[in-house]
Amino acid sequence: MTKGATAPRRSGGSRGSGGTPPEPDYVQLLTPDGERVSHPDYSVDFSDEELRGLYRDLVTVRKLDAEATALQRQGELGIWASLLGQEAAQVGSGRALRSQDMAFPTYREHGVLYCRGIDPIMPLSLFRGVDQGGWDPVANKFNLYTIVIGAQTLHATGYAMGIAKDGKVGTDDGEAVIAYFGDGATSQGDVNEAFIWSSVFHAPVVFFCQNNQYAISEPLERQTRIPLFQRAAGFGFPGVRVDGNDVLACYAVTRAALDNARLGQGPTLIEAYTYRMGAHTTSDDPTRYRVSSEVEAWQAKDPIARVRALLTREQIASDDFFDAVDADAKAEAVRLRERVLNMPDPDPSQIFENVYVEGSPLVDAERKQFEAYAASFEGGAH
Amino acid sequence: MAVETLTLGKALNTGLRRAMERDDKVILMGEDIGKLGGVFRITDGLQKDFGEERVIDTPLAESGIIGTAIGLALRGYRPVCEIQFDGFVYPAYDQIVSQVAKFRYRSRGHVKLPMVIRIPFGGGIGAVEHHSESPEAYFSHTAGLKVVACSNPEDAYFMIQQAIASEDPIIFLEPKRRYWEKGAVDTALGLDAVTPLHSSRVVRSGADATVVAYGPMVKTALDAATAAQEDGRSLEVIDLRSLSPMDLAPVFDSVRRTGRLIVVHEAPGNLGMGSEIAARVTEECFYSLEAPVLRVAGYNTPYPASRLEEEYLPDLDRVLDAVDRSFGW
Ligand SMILES: Cc1ncc(C[n+]2csc(CCOP(=O)(O)OP(=O)(O)O)c2C)c(N)n1
Repeated sequence: MTKGATAPRRSGGSRGSGGTPPEPDYVQLLTPDGERVSHPDYSVDFSDEELRGLYRDLVTVRKLDAEATALQRQGELGIWASLLGQEAAQVGSGRALRSQDMAFPTYREHGVLYCRGIDPIMPLSLFRGVDQGGWDPVANKFNLYTIVIGAQTLHATGYAMGIAKDGKVGTDDGEAVIAYFGDGATSQGDVNEAFIWSSVFHAPVVFFCQNNQYAISEPLERQTRIPLFQRAAGFGFPGVRVDGNDVLACYAVTRAALDNARLGQGPTLIEAYTYRMGAHTTSDDPTRYRVSSEVEAWQAKDPIARVRALLTREQIASDDFFDAVDADAKAEAVRLRERVLNMPDPDPSQIFENVYVEGSPLVDAERKQFEAYAASFEGGAH
Repeated sequence: MAVETLTLGKALNTGLRRAMERDDKVILMGEDIGKLGGVFRITDGLQKDFGEERVIDTPLAESGIIGTAIGLALRGYRPVCEIQFDGFVYPAYDQIVSQVAKFRYRSRGHVKLPMVIRIPFGGGIGAVEHHSESPEAYFSHTAGLKVVACSNPEDAYFMIQQAIASEDPIIFLEPKRRYWEKGAVDTALGLDAVTPLHSSRVVRSGADATVVAYGPMVKTALDAATAAQEDGRSLEVIDLRSLSPMDLAPVFDSVRRTGRLIVVHEAPGNLGMGSEIAARVTEECFYSLEAPVLRVAGYNTPYPASRLEEEYLPDLDRVLDAVDRSFGW
C-alpha cells in the first residue's frame, strides 16, 4: 500500500452535533453497502491487490481476536480486551503508518500491532499473566500496552518532541507518532495536557481516538457535549471525524495526518467514529447498560462486510479468495492458540529482575531470601 | 437482632444504602457506579433507588472525581468516591495529598471535608497490572488523612457507615479479593454499639506470639493461627482496622504477654505499615520482646504478573515461617 492520500489541512466535519448524533458528519469513502463515495479532501488510490490485502487484514485480526476471547473463556488468558467492531479503525490507521513511525497503543490495539508486522503472540503474555508485556517498545516501534487511561498520550507527545529535536521532521522520510486512546480517555487530564504540549511544541503526533461510544458502561455523553474531534480547535490544531468502520477512510485520514506531522505541520486529532461490538473486556457484562437494538444497528455498519461487498461488486475478489482468507485466518488462529498453550509459566526470579538498571541491595537481598525460602520446600522441610 | 449472612461486597452495598437513607447529603461518585453498579457491583441498585443526582457516573478522570468532591463537600455534601482499582488512584494523588489532606489545616479549622474515598485494594485476583496494588502507606504517611481497611463483612457494613459519618476525610480500603467471602452481620446494631472506627481488635486470642494484619491479610493470619495450633503454638491475631490513626494499645498489650510480634501486609515491606508498627512496639515493649519484630510483606518490587502473584503475596506458609524464625531467635 504505497499510494497515500491527498493532504488537506481542514477539519473534516462542519455540522458538529451532540454526543451521539444519528448520522455524524464524517469522512467516509466506503458506505456500509460497500459503495465507494468521494470526499472533497480525502481519497485513496489502492490497487486491487492492496484492497484484497486490507480485506485479509480485517478478517485476520477479527479471527485472532475471537480466538483470544475463546482462550480467555477456557481459562488460558486472564482477561482479554476485544477489538470486535473496531477492525477498520485499527487496520486503516495501522496500515497508514510508515515503517519509521512510532505507535503508542492502549490495551486494545491488537489490529494495529498486527498491521505493524508484529507477531500477534506478542501481547498475549500480558493477558495470560506471564509478564506485563515484556517487549521492546522502541525496537518494535510499538509502545507497551498502557492500561492507565490516557497516560500514553503524553509519552507519544514527548517521543514526538524528540523526533523534532532530532531534526526528523520536514522531510518526506520524516518520522511521525500516533497515539491511540478511547472516548473515555478524553476526560483525563493527561490527554488534555498532551493536546497542549503537542500544540505548543508543534510535535509530530497524531491523536487517534477510537470513539467506540462507551467507556466500560458509560456512554459518550458522560465525557462530552460536543463531538470529540471539535475539541482540537480549542487546543489549536485540526480535528477530523472519520467513519471508523470504513477502512479506506481511516487509512486516508490517518495517512494525511501522519504526513502532515512528518512535514512539520504539527498535531491532528482524529476521531474514528465506531462501536465496541463486544464487552469492554471479558470481565464485563454489557447487557447491564446497553440495549441489543443498538448493537444490531451497528451490526449493519460492519467494517468487514462492506469491503467484501466492494470486492464482490467490482469483481476484485471471488468466493475462492474469501474462502482462502477465512482458511488462512483460521490456521493462523490455531497456531496462535497452540503457542499460547505452550507459553511457559514465568520463573519466580522474574519478580526481582529489572526493577532497576543498576540493581539494588534491598532487592538483591530479598531475592536471596526468597530463593532460600523456596529451596526450603524442595527438601520437604515444610 | 437481625443477623444476616452477607458477602463483604454486599455488606458494603447495604452499608452505603443505610448511609444514604440516613443522610440525603451523602452522594456517591465514580466511574461505572450507576447502571453497572461498579465493576465489583458494590453500588449495585443504588442509582436505581436513589437516582442519578445521588449516584453519579463521573467522567473518566480520577483527579476530577476527587477535586469536584472537595467542592461538593465545601458546599455541604458528603461525597463517597469510588476509585475503580487501587492502581488508578494515582491520577488523583495530588488532589488527595495536597488538597483533601490539607484543607482544614490551611483554613485554620474553618472548613471540614467529610468525604470518603473507597479503594478496592490488594492482589490475589489474577488481574493484569495496576489492579492489585497496596497503596496504604502513601496515604497513611500523609497528615490530614485517615485511613481504614475492613477485613470481613460485619466490619465492612459498619465501618463504611462510620467512615461516611466521620467529619474527617477517610481513605477506605476494601480487600477486593475478599469481596465474595461471607459472614454474619447484625444489621440491627447501631453505629455506636459496635467497635469504633479507629480501634483495632483482637480477632483471635493466643498466648505464644502476636500477629498483626489488616484488610485481606487478616484471613491469612487467622488461617496461619489455625495451622499453628496444630503445631502446639497459640497465635494471637489482631486486626488493625485503622491504619491512620493506628490503635496500637491492644498490640502493646498483646506483645507484653507473648513477647513476639509478626506484622503481615501485602504492600512492600520497605517503609510500609510494618516498619512503623515495629518502631512503635520497640519503643513501648522493648523489654518484653523475645525476638525482633518480623515483617511478612510483599517484596520491594512492582507487583508482578498474575502468574507470579502467589509467589509474591504473603501466605499462610510465609506467616508460619516467620513464626518459626521468631521462636528460633
Ligand atoms: C486511570 C484509569 N482509570 C480507570 C481505569 C479503568 N478502566 C479501564 S478501561 C476504562 C474505560 C476506558 O474507556 P475508553 O477510553 O473509551 O476506551 P475503550 O476501553 O472503550 O477502548 C476504565 C474506566 C483505568 N484503566 N485507568
